[in-house]
Amino acid sequence: MAALIVKNGYVFDPLNEINGEVMDVFIKDGKIVSGLSEAEIKDAKVIDATGKTVMPGGVDSHTHIAGSKVNSGRFMRPEDHYKYNKPKTDITHSGCGETTKTVYLEGYEYAQMGYTTAFEAAVPPMKARHTHEEMRSIPMLDMGAYLVLGNNWFMMRYLKEGDMEKAAAYISWMMRAHKTYGIKCVNPAGVENWGWGENVSSLDEANIHFEITPREIIKGLCELNEELGIPMPMHLHANNLGHPGCYETTLESLAIPSKIKARQDLAVEWAETKIDPSRDRSIYLTHMQFNAFAGTSWRDFESGVKPLADYINKNEHVVIDSGCVPFGNATCMTGDGPSIHDIAVLTGGKWSNCDVDLECGSGVCPFTYLKNNPVHSVQWAMGLECLLLIDNPWQAIMTTDSPNGGPFTKYPIVMSWLMSNSFREQTFDECHKWANDRSELGGVDREMSLYDIAILTRANPAKTIGMVHRKGSLGIGADGDVTVYDIDPTKLDVNNHEELIRKFSRAAYTIKGGEIAVKDGEIVSLPNQRTYYSDITVDETAEKAMLADVKEWFRYYSIGFKHYPTPEKYLTNPTAINVNTEK
Amino acid sequence: MAEVKLTPNKEIDLKVEADVITPDEFAGKGKSEIEQLLVWQGPSQYPLSDFFDVEGEGGSSAEDTTIVINGDVSRVKLIGAKMTAGKIIVKGSTGMHVGSQMAGGEIVVEGDADSWPGMEMTGGVLHIKGNAGDHVGSAYRGSWHGMKGGRLIIDGNARSQIGGGMTGGEIIIGGSIENFCGIRQTGGLIVVKGNAIRAVGAEMSGGTIVIGGNIQKFTPGMQNEGEESDLEFEDIKCSGTFKKFRGDFAIAKNPKGIVYAGKETNPDL
Repeated sequence: MAALIVKNGYVFDPLNEINGEVMDVFIKDGKIVSGLSEAEIKDAKVIDATGKTVMPGGVDSHTHIAGSKVNSGRFMRPEDHYKYNKPKTDITHSGCGETTKTVYLEGYEYAQMGYTTAFEAAVPPMKARHTHEEMRSIPMLDMGAYLVLGNNWFMMRYLKEGDMEKAAAYISWMMRAHKTYGIKCVNPAGVENWGWGENVSSLDEANIHFEITPREIIKGLCELNEELGIPMPMHLHANNLGHPGCYETTLESLAIPSKIKARQDLAVEWAETKIDPSRDRSIYLTHMQFNAFAGTSWRDFESGVKPLADYINKNEHVVIDSGCVPFGNATCMTGDGPSIHDIAVLTGGKWSNCDVDLECGSGVCPFTYLKNNPVHSVQWAMGLECLLLIDNPWQAIMTTDSPNGGPFTKYPIVMSWLMSNSFREQTFDECHKWANDRSELGGVDREMSLYDIAILTRANPAKTIGMVHRKGSLGIGADGDVTVYDIDPTKLDVNNHEELIRKFSRAAYTIKGGEIAVKDGEIVSLPNQRTYYSDITVDETAEKAMLADVKEWFRYYSIGFKHYPTPEKYLTNPTAINVNTEK
Repeated sequence: MAEVKLTPNKEIDLKVEADVITPDEFAGKGKSEIEQLLVWQGPSQYPLSDFFDVEGEGGSSAEDTTIVINGDVSRVKLIGAKMTAGKIIVKGSTGMHVGSQMAGGEIVVEGDADSWPGMEMTGGVLHIKGNAGDHVGSAYRGSWHGMKGGRLIIDGNARSQIGGGMTGGEIIIGGSIENFCGIRQTGGLIVVKGNAIRAVGAEMSGGTIVIGGNIQKFTPGMQNEGEESDLEFEDIKCSGTFKKFRGDFAIAKNPKGIVYAGKETNPDL
């Protein structure tokens, strides 16, 4: 592969504290290098980025794009497909779906926006094989997936018994068996109760049979996460999500790991960065907006983002992603079965629910966020509050919890709201007055810079999930993933938000591993993708004892034990990350 | 008023998706430009002239453009889809989705129409002089937001799911229908002069359905509210005496859907 030079662009690389300097970026053999030899320069492909913005390739650390719940959404929503479809080209497949897209379209549309990496947010262990089968069909993106463990029978049993050695061995074995990357915890203790038509309503309510509380599960998983040195913090979808008043539960949940020290133990060669690439957070709260409802009912519903943001501003162990609501069509899909049931009761429309053997559950429900709806309007404001009221952008990540708040294709709109106060004011005028009356957003005049946006969409998601050895920076040794936007920062007019949206939507260039994948918003090549997973070292005797337990309870599973793990052949370019090797 | 004449020039095997046959697309285009408009057949695109001989040219605007299709196009789908103005006259039968999502103007089909005529239409007039298939003026599969406005007239019979998820506009059917007419209807008017088989107004919570003929199996969630004679809905008149029902109580606590069933044709109700 010929070397590549991205010449003369305004570079925004927060992990190297580069803020709009005019620089050249060199890529050789798929990696960022400090420079090229004269002979290499002669053969190199040159992209003229004069007057353009250059950033590392986009990283989405929380999105739902593969697996059985996404597929349930596709089954359920023909109406989501027929009005949103793209014909094939010489190199791309056709595809459809505004919120529940076909696999091909997912890859293409991320790349067209300048993203090169996306992590699937919730994989039920039993559905890992299906998830990997979809991920290997998603073109262009480097991917990984988080394993849902918050209501897992073995996890609950070991944590209740206080058998941390077996619990650690279980996590290690499960990550390897299912080729997954980090721990996801969804409505801990509550989803298990949903199997009995119940939920839990507080952090100290023990669930049925296992008699374990959400607090015990969160604490246990956070401790194990750090003991094992897992790349990312424990990833939490808090209890009571989507209910007025749930912000209080979230506040309490965030405090649980406040004394737990982050420990990330990866056998990787970090890319060169000025900022320490290792992780310093011990909890990663997802879709904060959905976890930040205040009030006691839909009548006195209001934003509870402020108290949560105040807490996060004072506590460095927390990082969040926003779960913004850009209005329009969405499909709610989550491992939190009971919360989907509540949404379905509200909408009166179709929905689906699923219980996954001994592991977890899930639900899917189509949803439309309307500007004239008071609650939806507050949710729009709350999503932006999450990112604007948290002072340190290194504690925040921009997402829409795609497709729960809206599809990822609306990220450019969210970026533009963050950068433009006048665009926010225009939206206040278009939506229900509750947006202004019941949130703090109206009083915020902060306008984010391109540097801030690069933190929220590249540097921090990569840092949070422990991928800075490859992603999120333009440091030497990083993957050659670069986005060029046709935005001249010296002539940037944030009041012209329509142009900003257009330019973020269609990258001038998306370069993936040194290959030009997108030019002027069109796919021009299909670089290979990789799948990352954590290979965690633990004590072998603990693993043996744990496996005996697993095999004993496997009689309750609907599949045989030998069909349970996902072999590597289901992955494209499987890339194991060795974890916990120092101990 | 400019007129474009399309004459089918061959037997079509795989059905053709010709959503470009609208006054909006033809307006401002000459003969050769119209011939070059692309239509889908299976996975490939072909110029319109592969299937039609084109005569005449488009007017200065959609409103000024009339399209006359001279012959049978029952293997051509999406004629007049999303049109906003002007007129289309089909001197034969059409395929699926004629006038689908149309917002204005007029379509006259002198023969029959396949399923999905006027799907999710929001305005204009769609008149089918023969029979129609299923899903007349209804929502697309998976959606409950059907026809919103305009008028859909079928002189002959139609089949099932007429006006599914309908929220506004009028559907008038001269002949008989089959099942689930007005399912999930929340607004608008459906008038059927002939008979229906079953589930008229199932899950409706608003809007009005008038069935002049016999309903074989009546919807269980409907409650009788007496009788009314010689109904008038602005310019639409239904003479005779009707039994009046409200429903569907199976789906809502206080539904506002109204079904009128002919008194003499439904002696058992």
